[in-house]
Amino acid sequence: MQRKIELILNGHAVSVEAEATDSLLDVLRGPLGVSGARFGCGMAQCGSCAVLVDGEEKAACAMEVGAVAGKAVMTSEGLGTPERPHPLQAAFLELQAGQCGYCLSGILVGAKALLDRNADPNRAEIAQALDWHLCRCGVHNRILEAVALAARRMREGAPA
Amino acid sequence: MIPAMLAANPRLDRWVSFEPDGRVRIAFGRMEYGQGIATALAQIAADELDAPFASLRVVPAATGDIPDEGLTVGSMSIEFSGPAIRAACAEVRALFTAAAAGRLGCDAAELDIRDGAFLKGGQPTGLDYWSLAGEVDLARAPTGDAPLKTPDRLRVVGRNEPRLDLPAKLFGEAFLHDLSLPGLRHARVLRQPSPQARLVSLDEAAVRRAVGDVDILIDHAFVALICATEAEAARAHAAAERAARWDGVRDMDPTLSEPAALKTLPYEDFAAGAPSPGPSNRRRITATYTKPFLSHGSLGPSAGLAQFQDGKLTIWTHNQGVYPMRALAARITGLEPQAIEVIHGQGPGCYGHNGADDPPIDAALIAIRRPGAPIRVQWRREDEFGFAPVGTAMLMELTAELDASDRLVDYTAEIWNTPHTGARGTAVAESALPGYVTPPKPAQRLMPDGSRFSGGLLNATPSYDIAATRTLEHVIETPIRSSSLRSLGGAANTFAAESFIDELAEAVGQDPLAYRLAMLSDPRGRAVLTRLAAMCGWADRGAAATGRGLGLAYDRHRGRGAIVACAAQVEVDTEVRLKRLWCACDGGLIINPDGAKNQLEGGMIMAASWTLKEQVKLGGAGVASVTWDDYPILRFSEIPPVEIELLNTRDTRALGLGEVSQGPVMAAIGNAVAHALGARIRDLPMTREKIVQALLTG
Ligand code: FES
Ligand code: FES
Repeated sequence: MQRKIELILNGHAVSVEAEATDSLLDVLRGPLGVSGARFGCGMAQCGSCAVLVDGEEKAACAMEVGAVAGKAVMTSEGLGTPERPHPLQAAFLELQAGQCGYCLSGILVGAKALLDRNADPNRAEIAQALDWHLCRCGVHNRILEAVALAARRMREGAPA
Repeated sequence: MIPAMLAANPRLDRWVSFEPDGRVRIAFGRMEYGQGIATALAQIAADELDAPFASLRVVPAATGDIPDEGLTVGSMSIEFSGPAIRAACAEVRALFTAAAAGRLGCDAAELDIRDGAFLKGGQPTGLDYWSLAGEVDLARAPTGDAPLKTPDRLRVVGRNEPRLDLPAKLFGEAFLHDLSLPGLRHARVLRQPSPQARLVSLDEAAVRRAVGDVDILIDHAFVALICATEAEAARAHAAAERAARWDGVRDMDPTLSEPAALKTLPYEDFAAGAPSPGPSNRRRITATYTKPFLSHGSLGPSAGLAQFQDGKLTIWTHNQGVYPMRALAARITGLEPQAIEVIHGQGPGCYGHNGADDPPIDAALIAIRRPGAPIRVQWRREDEFGFAPVGTAMLMELTAELDASDRLVDYTAEIWNTPHTGARGTAVAESALPGYVTPPKPAQRLMPDGSRFSGGLLNATPSYDIAATRTLEHVIETPIRSSSLRSLGGAANTFAAESFIDELAEAVGQDPLAYRLAMLSDPRGRAVLTRLAAMCGWADRGAAATGRGLGLAYDRHRGRGAIVACAAQVEVDTEVRLKRLWCACDGGLIINPDGAKNQLEGGMIMAASWTLKEQVKLGGAGVASVTWDDYPILRFSEIPPVEIELLNTRDTRALGLGEVSQGPVMAAIGNAVAHALGARIRDLPMTREKIVQALLTG
């Protein structure tokens, strides 16, 4: 049964007609028209679809859209724009931390969740936080360095 | 001499033109998928034209708009497209310089170009490419006479220009997967469990109970579910899987997952190289190495779109080439190539022939049967693992003969594998269509020197001074859809050869580095290996069998490509932990050093993952490992720091780097593990069981 579901998407109140049991990922990419969360496995095994739900990192593919009614959902689009990049996006660009880039929006979201709770993570802590995210191109080292760089910039006052 | 790709697409305006808005339009036939090729080729063009890098606009790839350069494969873009676009730009520069000289009434040699503007005696002339564009006709062929810049005058080449494609990937929309077209319909194909399977029945009512609004298409064994949304298509597909009955499903023998089983299948033999050595009293050493079937493991399952309208088919794809896609679609649909347009979009890294060719063909087959609306097909994870081609398993039996002074004088590589490019030009959907016949074996591919090309022979013979070498390749009828995976047989062959060299050094009681240097006369190779040894602290390697190990390996890719040496430091107990990796590389002229390092490192991490973790498991009706749980790859917490140095970067010729670091790093890890354990693992992946086994057998 289709019903109206209301949520806060990247800071804006939105409402969407969907089956409550539809996957959050399908509804985000379909009717809600945001593409930052990507389809990678549909089984909470790769991190491509990561979003923040009330600040907590979740696999959108393994979540029913009904479960986010009334909650705040953030995708990578909620981080920043090319004109006003989030320090994470700026650091990823600066260190060219990406190849195909398919993993990146999920990783950015996961890194944001980490930096929200730990402003000064070391390499092992970043790796641990991102461990469920897969990157097939092998860009891990640059990603680890970019997250650390963004954390430093934010500690130094870069606006997030 | 005119580079081959330019000769094949001779019209200069197909490569370069000047747009009224002050931009330079450049086009080439190579697809960007995160390897940085668009940026590198733009750097080459900007340099040869002396136009501002920021003024370059790379034309999105589509049939008709870009030169036909075939497939983007084999790390050959820099080696083949680079010279083509460079020569095209040099021709264009010469034509414009002549036009400017005509206008100014001076000699062309008196003119120089800076930021796209013509200077005379260092002073502006008021002329630039754009003001002259109206009077220079670029719809012409190259002369082959335009002078190229000498390496010392290159300014943009050799610079770390940031990648043109990366920003979009950090801000949301970038991929073909994100493309939304008006009236789009979402479809899924109910795959035959195995290629011979016939559909007995489909309980359509059961599918409609799951999704009311579903269009069920059945043509022979080709079944598609077409819906308004992706979520509905997924539900309809899941219901159809339960509601379908198939006949003629062939079970896959799970024991074929092991490379040793290759020897039990029918094969064809190809021998090359020196004649058989015959009996001798030389010392003879033999060892066998294996690598299992591997998945490309692209992070995003493949997607494709198609629309059929007024007899014209449009396909959107993220595959390795728009012209090959057009040819494939033409063959399968029976349409004339002229009736097909193919538009390229960004996709997840493919690393060879993954599933990317398939969903667009699925979508095209549906679109032709349902004209009008654009059709989108998104493969599931299980489809990408289960139906995309896999990289072939390999078994390598190596034999060496040493002379009285322990020098390697005779080398034989006997290789068992399935064809490395076997599934090229095919789609998985084909076998479901009426009248399908298994395609004939593709014609033998030949190298420029007339010898037989086989992916299984790449790097089969190591690049040392060895008096006599030979190969014997057994090409097996593949039990599973297999096709090209990054470096083809190159990585596995280098893993085997460079593990073997360490074993030879050990057998004669020599240091592995010294043993290699003693049979390596190429000065570039010696420089690379010596530099690597310094980087990794080889001199302090320490004793064997302590649980900590340091190993190195060397390769000149295909005997004539980039020269690479890698080292690995590991700790081994019940598993192998990578502590550090190093790479020294002479890839000739480097267009973008940061991009080059990114490629080399990505190759190293992927190959480290192959070495320690990966194996496609066969079973059921085909592939049994269809999730990331069944097919683990290296994770963030397992990634070691990597150090890379580039040597000889201002050489005249640029060499491909996308698939040269895998083999050396695999062997370096193998050699480090052997050093740590005092026992060798010859079969990949190096899992817990293999460690135990190696320790037990010594
Ligand atoms: S797509 Fe959700 S975790 Fe892989
Ligand atoms: S950059 Fe390609 S998967 Fe991470």
